[in-house]
Formats: sequence, structure tokens, C-alpha cells
Amino acid sequence: MAKVLVKGNEAIAEAAIRAGCRLFFGYPITPQTEVSAYMAKKMPKIGGTFLQAESEVAAINMVYGAGGTGSRVMTSSSSPGISLKSEGISYIAGADVPCVIVNIVRGGPGLGGIQPAQSDYFQAVKGGGHGDYHLLVLAPSSIQEMVDLTSHAFNKADEYRMPVMIMGDGMLGQMMEPVEFPEEEENAVYASKEDWATTGTKMERKHNIINSLYIDPNTLENTVIERQKKYDIIAKEEVMYEEVDTKDADIILVAYGTTARICKTAMAKAREKGIKVGLIRPITLWPFPTVAFDKVCDGKKKFLTVEMSMGQMVEDVKLSVNGRGEVEFFGRTGGVVPTPNEILAKIEEMAGGAK
Amino acid sequence: MKTNIVTGHYGSGKTEFALNLAMNLKKENKKVSICDLDIVNPYFRTNDARKLLEENGIKVISSQFANTNVDIPVLPGEVLSVFADKETYKIFDVGGDDDGAIALGTYFHYISKEPYNMYFVVNTLRPMTSTKEEIYEMARNIEAASRLKITDIVNNTNLQGLTKAEDIVKSIKIVDEAAKMLGVNVKYISGKKEILDNLPQGLQNKRFNLDIYLKMPF
Repeated sequence: MAKVLVKGNEAIAEAAIRAGCRLFFGYPITPQTEVSAYMAKKMPKIGGTFLQAESEVAAINMVYGAGGTGSRVMTSSSSPGISLKSEGISYIAGADVPCVIVNIVRGGPGLGGIQPAQSDYFQAVKGGGHGDYHLLVLAPSSIQEMVDLTSHAFNKADEYRMPVMIMGDGMLGQMMEPVEFPEEEENAVYASKEDWATTGTKMERKHNIINSLYIDPNTLENTVIERQKKYDIIAKEEVMYEEVDTKDADIILVAYGTTARICKTAMAKAREKGIKVGLIRPITLWPFPTVAFDKVCDGKKKFLTVEMSMGQMVEDVKLSVNGRGEVEFFGRTGGVVPTPNEILAKIEEMAGGAK
Repeated sequence: MKTNIVTGHYGSGKTEFALNLAMNLKKENKKVSICDLDIVNPYFRTNDARKLLEENGIKVISSQFANTNVDIPVLPGEVLSVFADKETYKIFDVGGDDDGAIALGTYFHYISKEPYNMYFVVNTLRPMTSTKEEIYEMARNIEAASRLKITDIVNNTNLQGLTKAEDIVKSIKIVDEAAKMLGVNVKYISGKKEILDNLPQGLQNKRFNLDIYLKMPF
């Protein structure tokens, strides 16, 4: 297919449709609203369902129900809306139901603001909802990657029977870039759902039950342990990251999403000044690409984590570096986007002053 | 014409076209006001170019809440002042789609008193405006929401930095046919100068060079 010019939010919506998603339940919130708006226009034309729920809480429970039938289903929101959905997300994880959840992050906490942020990292990778569970969290950095990771998200949700989150930020949601969409279902890989999904017994088999309630502690413990085995496989198999010019680097930037784009510009400027800078860009935020750090840590390289937050992913960077190098942090928050020059200044400071 | 209204699908390039229109009029030493009527989207709007416009002596009228974090669709009262000033060239940068065009309805009685240009900006490489039928439907919805008539089409077909002259050439038939269905003309073919330079001779008379004012942070 030829290239078209789309916004990040439209890219996710169209890519979801092409991944076979025909059910969308949501509630509008800036800066993610175009996902809902696109689905509202497109779904009725292709025999799908778009439903604007009365609240985020209702929307996520509709996703829970639809996902329980093994159908490809998606919801999207932005920060405060994801907080509202968190109870439902925990239930979905606890019932091993596949679905895709999009968070186009804005400044917080509380109602916060409507400009881009990355301050929901903890919420996405360390829980958000209650209980021992994980989401597979994907962090695109370009509009094309939003398209590609949306197909990937649906496939992995099915494969592992779990909720998958696509986490962008307001900038990625709103900006436009040329992209190429796959053909309808070109990349879709479906998993078998007969043994678990509620698709009707036709009086020919026992009921499949979607449930996250286990009153007996031993049964619950066994269920959680079984699920943990799945997470262990994902932690080994599903890590994704991009590595740029790390080999000769003295300083390695660590950033995801929009911030990684800005870091690449800062990196080029630093190299022009003779400071050897590289970049590790996590694409999966959970599982975190610890392996990327094992490859580069030699006791000499320094790390600079850059985020649109007060410092959240930096904790995982420190755990991954694990004492094998200095880890510093630079961040802007509240909807303020860092500039390449601000990052460059921090790089120069780490390199021992402007050269 | 003194009144210029810029409408279109969101992401069609309305704001860039409006900014260039304003700068061009200023180069002719006209008195220019640009009104940001975008009540739909708080990202990438006229107000982002406020500094540049004001340095060039163009008056910018925008919601006092634009680019703050107040997520409410308000129209500045100051817009009414441009109708009182008979000297000024007015450019209205309207929000996307028919949802955005609703804001124009507020000023219907002022705008419709005098002749006006209402531009409809189209990029056929955007979803929802890639066929003549889609363009027609979008244009008619905008007219219904604003109660005003589209007078001219601007063919702004592009893929940002990847645009080739042949992309524009391919769009000509679609946009021309849509214009015919709407009973109006394609007034401009807009794009960056270096791309328009490669357009065939027959299309050169409609070219409208765009300088890109809204920049990404990277």
C-alpha cells in the first residue's frame, strides 16, 4: 500500500482495524480523542462496533466482556482515564483475557494538563491496578511504529491471553507522519480460543468461565504462580529495544517515545562537538530491556536517562546497570517537552564541561 | 478580498496555509489580523506561531487559554473587533472538520454581510479525504455547520518531507472532480517551493509556495 499522512491517534485506530479489531469501547479525552473519533466514523461502515460508554469504568468493563469471547477489542484513553480503568485492567489480567489498551499520556497527577508527558511509566509497568500482574507495555517512537506495534499488540494479547498496553504521549498522538499500513489482517496471527473463551457451548461442551475471583488462597496462589511462568517467558522472549552508536560511546542516553526522538538530535549535536554519545531506546517498557545494558556495561560508560517525568524509568535503568556505571537523569514534566539543547547541556556537563 | 476563511479536514494543512496567507498579505503591506478559531484541538495551532506573526506586525487573536492547559473550547471576544475594522484583512483559521466549523456559526451575521473567500484545504493523502466522494461529503458538512459557502479549494496534497511532485499530479484529478461536484474552482496547489518547482508547466499558474512555520521539537 502507498504511503499516507496520518496522525498518531489515527494510525493506531486504522492499524487496529487492519489487525482485525471490530470492537472499540471508549470515552473521549485529550490528547487521545482522535482514536475514538476515527473509530466512531469507521466502525459502522465496516460492520464493527464503536461505543462511547458513559465512563472509562464502563468502557473497560465492556472490553473485559468482549475480550472474554476471544474477540479482538481495544480501548484508548489518556492518563486520568487510565487511572479510572485500572480496576478493570487488573480484573482482565486476573482473568487472563486478551485486549489492547492505549494510553496517550498527558501531564499529571490529577487532571493535570493536556500536553505530552511520560509520567505514567510507573502506572504502566509497576501495576496501576492491584495484584501480581503485568501488562506487556509497548512504547512507539514514530507514527509508523505506532502502526506496526498495534498489529503486534493484538497478536501478543492473543498469544499470551493478556492485556497489552500501547503507551504513547500527547506529541505522538497529535503529530503527523507519512506511514504505510499493512493490508487488512496481513500481519494478524490468531491464537486458539476454544478451550477458554465464552463463545457458546452449543450444548456440546462444558462452560468456559471468565473469572478473576478465587476464594481459596491455595487455588489463587497456584493461579498466580502459573501466570508468573507466562510472565517469565515474556521477559525472555518479548524484549524489544533499539540501540544506536553504543559501541564507542562514553555516554549512553536512555529514552523512549518522543523523548528518544529529541535525544537522537541531541546525540548528533554532541557527536559534532566530539562527545561520543549513544542511545538505548526501550520499545518494550515491560519487559524492560535489561539485556541491552548487559551488552554495553563495561564499568566506564555513563548513562543519562531522559524522560518527560520527574524520573520513573530511571529506576529500571539503575536496576539494569546494577552498579556497573554512573546513571544520571534529566527530565521535564507537566507537559513541557525537553529541547535538544537542554539535553546537550546535560551531556556536556557529564562529559566534564563544554568542549 | 478582506475576509478569508480557512477550513478543511484536521491535519489537512489549514493552519500552515492560513499562516502563509497572512504573511503574504503582510508582504503587500496590508493590515492583517489572524483569528485562531480552533476549538477542537489544542495542539499545533496558529497560536504556536504567535511570536513570528507579531514580529511581522500581524495581529493574532486567539483564545486566552490556547496552549495553556485549560481544555475548554472558548472563542475570544476580541474576534468581534476585526469586523469593526474595515481596513484590516481578516484570516480565520478554523478547527478541523464540521465540528470545528461550528465555531464559524457564531460570526455568521458578521461574515455574511460582506463578500468572503472560504477556502477548503485538501490533502488526498489523508484518510477521510482521499476520494472525490469523501472530499465532497466533508466540504458539504463544513458548509452545513458554518452556514457559509466554500468558494475555493486549495489542493495541499503532501506527505511532508517525502512529498514528490508526482504525488500532487496524481491528486489533481480527484480534487478537480470534487471541486466540480461542489461547483467551485481549485484556486491553489500548495506545497514547498522546491517540490512545486517540479510540477508540470500546466499546473504552475496555480502554485502557492508554503513556508513551514509549525516545527517539531526534534
